[in-house]
Amino acid sequence: MKNLVFIVISAILTNNMVLYYFLGICPFLGVSSKIESAFGMGVAVIFVMTLANALSWLIYHLVLAKLGITFLAYVLFILVIAALVQAVEMVVRKFSPPLYRALGIFLPLITVNCAILGATLLMITWNYNFLESVVYGFAGGVGFLLIIMVMAGMREDLEFADVPKVFQGAAITLITTGMLSLVFMGFSGLISSK
Amino acid sequence: MKDFLAGLWKEHPLLRQLLGMCSTLAVTTSVVNGISMGLGVVFVLVFSCLIVSCIRKFVPDEVRIAVYAAVIATFVTIVDIFFKANFPDISRSLGPYVPLIIVNCIILGRCEAFASKNDMWPSVKDALGMGLGYTWVLIVLGAIRELLGAGTILGFKIMPASYEPMVIMLLPAGAFIVLGFIVAIMNKLEQK
Repeated sequence: MKNLVFIVISAILTNNMVLYYFLGICPFLGVSSKIESAFGMGVAVIFVMTLANALSWLIYHLVLAKLGITFLAYVLFILVIAALVQAVEMVVRKFSPPLYRALGIFLPLITVNCAILGATLLMITWNYNFLESVVYGFAGGVGFLLIIMVMAGMREDLEFADVPKVFQGAAITLITTGMLSLVFMGFSGLISSK
Repeated sequence: MKDFLAGLWKEHPLLRQLLGMCSTLAVTTSVVNGISMGLGVVFVLVFSCLIVSCIRKFVPDEVRIAVYAAVIATFVTIVDIFFKANFPDISRSLGPYVPLIIVNCIILGRCEAFASKNDMWPSVKDALGMGLGYTWVLIVLGAIRELLGAGTILGFKIMPASYEPMVIMLLPAGAFIVLGFIVAIMNKLEQK
């Protein structure tokens, strides 16, 4: 139990996906200009990341490791994620049209979101068990949602700021992210080991 | 020639199109990492675009992204195994970012936007240009961060002994800020 709490805190605050592992930067920069779309993207990531972690853990440990063909992991993981995203899209469209309208356009983008594949690979590297992997997938998604919301809030305010011309757009966004990363370093004292 | 040069400056994948940011920021703590990552990406990009261009007429439209991803993942596995076998140190310091080349948007982006619509030879030239464009930024970024963060370049001491290394440059925050400034400088140069 203590272990799970540790995983949640580190995935959300200290070792955040975006700010610490640089995963999911592309959607982070692309979708963070409005709070509403940032929220949609974040929720979609939580959803897919939890499922992807569970599924790829099962495939890796019950199939690939048993047969000794772990070198196929990358090919299979990316296919699992692509298939999962398609499946989730279909299920959501069928059972919850309002949710589909909110998440719809973000789901296809998630296939190439490196945070998802990154999370599945990290959890193999760290030898997590099934429960830990699922919890990590969920907490990592929450961490992503938190950061992208904070960033969207800051960018909406930046709209009114007088940014020098050459810094407009990507440049100021990257520098703001750098500042945000500095702020989040303050949380690293929460966890003493590693 | 035009296909090749576009990637180096005018349609630069990183600074213009903001593709493939994750690996760029993560691995550039030193020049060596930047070079290895860059070459890995060039290899995967060129061969994936070559294959995608060859098979573009047989692949049904609906499943093309999955097929491209499988092609890319295959070449990434080759690179990963190659690094592990020959350069174990580099492989360790690049960590999960080598397998993450699979979801590097530059590669899927070029396969989808260029190789799936063009013949083999232009696709390879385009891929090579984009790959080298990516690599030079990685080297510049790696050099700045290594110089300011550790006072060295390629492991050689450059800064005088009295220089106090700015550790922040090696941390994630430094990566974001330096890349932000590089993009701004690029905008400035383009304005003239």
